[in-house]
Amino acid sequence: MPISILMPALSPTMTEGTLAKWLKKEGDAVKSGEAIAEIETDKATMEMEAADDGVLGKILVPAGTSGVKVNAPIALLLEEGEDKSALAKAAAPAAAPQKPAAPKPASFDSRAPHPEPVEGKARAAQDEASKMKAGRVVASPLAKRLAKEANVDLARVAGSGPHGRIVRRDIEAVAAGKLPMLAPAQVPTGVKAPPIDVSMPFTEVPNSTFRKAVARRLSESKRDIPHFYLSIDCELDALLKLRADLNARAPKDGEGAYKLSVNDFVVRATALALRKVPAANATWTDAAIRLYRNVDISVAVATPLGLITPVIRRADAKGLAEISREMKALAEKARAGKLTPAEYEGGGFTISNLGMYGIKSFSAIINPPQSCILAVGAGEQRPVVKNGALAIATVMTCTLSVDHRSVDGAVGAEFLAAFKPMIEDPTTMLL
Amino acid sequence: MTNSFDIAVVGGGPGGYVAAIRAAQLGLKTALVEREHLGGICLNWGCIPTKALLRTAEVYRLMNHAKEFGLSCKDVSFDAAAIVKRSRAVASQLSNGVKHLLKKNKVTVFDGHGKLAGKGRLRVTKADKTMEEIAAKHIILATGARARVLPGLEPDGKLVWSYKEAMVPAAMPKSVLVVGSGAIGIEFASFYRTLGAETTVVEVLPQILPAEDEEIAALARKAFEKQGMKILTAATVKGLNKSANAVTATVEQGGKTHEITVERVISAVGIVGNVEDLGLEGTAVKVEKTHVVIDEWCRTGEAGVYAIGDLAGAPWLAHKASHEGIMCVEKIAGAAGVHPIDTSRIPGCTYCHPQIASVGLTEKAAKAKGHEVRVGRFPFIGNGKAIALGEAEGLVKTVFDAKTGEMLGAHMVGAEVTELIQGFSIAKTLETTEAELMHTVFPHPTLSEMMHEATLAAYGRAIHF
Repeated sequence: MPISILMPALSPTMTEGTLAKWLKKEGDAVKSGEAIAEIETDKATMEMEAADDGVLGKILVPAGTSGVKVNAPIALLLEEGEDKSALAKAAAPAAAPQKPAAPKPASFDSRAPHPEPVEGKARAAQDEASKMKAGRVVASPLAKRLAKEANVDLARVAGSGPHGRIVRRDIEAVAAGKLPMLAPAQVPTGVKAPPIDVSMPFTEVPNSTFRKAVARRLSESKRDIPHFYLSIDCELDALLKLRADLNARAPKDGEGAYKLSVNDFVVRATALALRKVPAANATWTDAAIRLYRNVDISVAVATPLGLITPVIRRADAKGLAEISREMKALAEKARAGKLTPAEYEGGGFTISNLGMYGIKSFSAIINPPQSCILAVGAGEQRPVVKNGALAIATVMTCTLSVDHRSVDGAVGAEFLAAFKPMIEDPTTMLL
Repeated sequence: MTNSFDIAVVGGGPGGYVAAIRAAQLGLKTALVEREHLGGICLNWGCIPTKALLRTAEVYRLMNHAKEFGLSCKDVSFDAAAIVKRSRAVASQLSNGVKHLLKKNKVTVFDGHGKLAGKGRLRVTKADKTMEEIAAKHIILATGARARVLPGLEPDGKLVWSYKEAMVPAAMPKSVLVVGSGAIGIEFASFYRTLGAETTVVEVLPQILPAEDEEIAALARKAFEKQGMKILTAATVKGLNKSANAVTATVEQGGKTHEITVERVISAVGIVGNVEDLGLEGTAVKVEKTHVVIDEWCRTGEAGVYAIGDLAGAPWLAHKASHEGIMCVEKIAGAAGVHPIDTSRIPGCTYCHPQIASVGLTEKAAKAKGHEVRVGRFPFIGNGKAIALGEAEGLVKTVFDAKTGEMLGAHMVGAEVTELIQGFSIAKTLETTEAELMHTVFPHPTLSEMMHEATLAAYGRAIHF
């Protein structure tokens, strides 16, 4: 019997994705572990590996198909000794053994090998559990079972138990028609396309899953987070001098090569400032403000697909050259759409730098669930007043967007007050 | 007006005093009227002093079995007066504790008999017959209950005892006849039997401990009979013939009568609510079979008047009264997340030897309600800790709904089961199914492992039996 290759779940919350590209054609031999397709999720594009050896017998979902549900069969793999005639037998996909492809992107740097998914009932139960979790339905175990039996959608039941937990009486009341079901879960209805006006010719660029996710997240952030903004000017002359000095000493190529950018200094200064003001490295939750122990800095990178924020982990423990090299590698992967979740998930603070475009200053939208994002403008020569006289200095304006629920104005100001002297006198970053 | 309150509670037992403290916690100006002793029957003449007596019985039993544990213990004897003294001291310590708690929570306590005196008013008659009036927006009646008296079985305080005399024997009787095999009757029977009295229990129903699961009650009966207790079920006491220091009871069983002569008779034939002299006449408060009729929020027919605990009906349990008190007060105060009490989640405990504890539906009741059930059983003999304790007699039984996995009930007989039952109560309250109980890691070696095994057993998965 041919093996069904199923749409993999590339992250715990993934429910569907786009089959971006087939890397193998029908009839191609496939080895276990070999990349066979590219799957695009709302966050990145990842390669999907074959779980078994065989021949790609039939592609069921053509490249470019979006909204493919996780665990939907996408192709049939012929095992050794099987010929194409076996495909006919597998016409009823339900009858085919459901062997999910290993949900492992080719470049995923896992410390420990993932155990193979368990077949059978246990696996199904697991899927159901993760589905529950993804939906964030809080219900008692009994309520869940009763809902299933009574065909009640838990997402549409208002819980009357502690902390809004759905309990048995809620299901019974809904099932008996004593309580109305809530309106279907509020899905952002989105923006409907306006009627076509022939006098205004246009082309339409279909939104990728990724683009949609960015749109949703940023809308939520701007709508739900009470933003406030703090701006500060930093003189860059000393930093530029030090940068030129250090870059001049860099080995031309080989392992030790580096080319520091202003942004690398900004990352390091931010990391050190966060160590001094850990309250800005935080996440708001209803129950508590979560303060991160590690300084992991997300850096916004523009890609053809859209904005993504790979993370420099433990940036406070890394030197300028290391930050620079890591940033370069991450940015390249980001632009190629090859970042793995491990490389862009997490992070406690974001830096967005539009200085290279000559932008003087801007206010960024907070990257949830973080509390702060630093918007970095261009370094430009401006007149400044020094000791009562006009002078010229290279000045860079930085604007910190802050979630007022978790970080107060004074804390934001303290962060900038720690950040500015390091930028203006970068030798202190050595300390 | 200084005697004006948000809430006034009549009765300072486990329903009333708990309601008063909760009301005060919620910022309500609260009064408590108690005519005799804070803590009520439970604390002074019920749950607590009997547990002190039964502890004595337990230690005595162990001393008599010292040899089994490799110990020697000669000339084991007891002093009835000292046993009673300890029991009274325990009760008095706790009663003082309640007084302190009420003071700490700024509850105003009135010593006297409280009675409704018009809308939102209470009249308190003190011991010296002086009267005082209290105004309260809400009045909670929590006057409890007293022993039922059957004609011909009236306690006389000498030969025929109620629970009260049975709790403070001047000397240990050589023989007792316990009429009624509910929790109270069985506890006294267990106490007197353990201390050596020839003990006979007469129960009108075919099963002792009629509220308990049939199978559990049968196992308990077997254990009691092994201890030498005589148990007559489906039997009634037709009459008592008293002499100077003995009573001859005529007992009818299966159409035949016979006589039993004992030193003392203990009447434990249920309780009746204290509904008298509460000023209910002329109000819309309804009384049915000696209990005040309430709705799910403990409201009586009269606006602003509530009833909780034994006064409001079965199950007659202190923890039910306390819980009702809290629920009633929170509802009055408009607190969030208040729900009516689900009686299927109220556990019941009997502290005889072996102990009995249960929560939820019995197997029979579950089937009668139309549930398709899965029943699990695990005997004490399969549990390492039980054997090490020398308590290998007993059973843990679980009843699950076969369709939904809901835990419908749990029933246990054996050592320390009264301390175990809360695990199943929590499970029921959290609405767990068999799956969560199976996933729970129970510590080894403990008696609680039997709760796990009995759950597994309901699904044919018990490991150790």
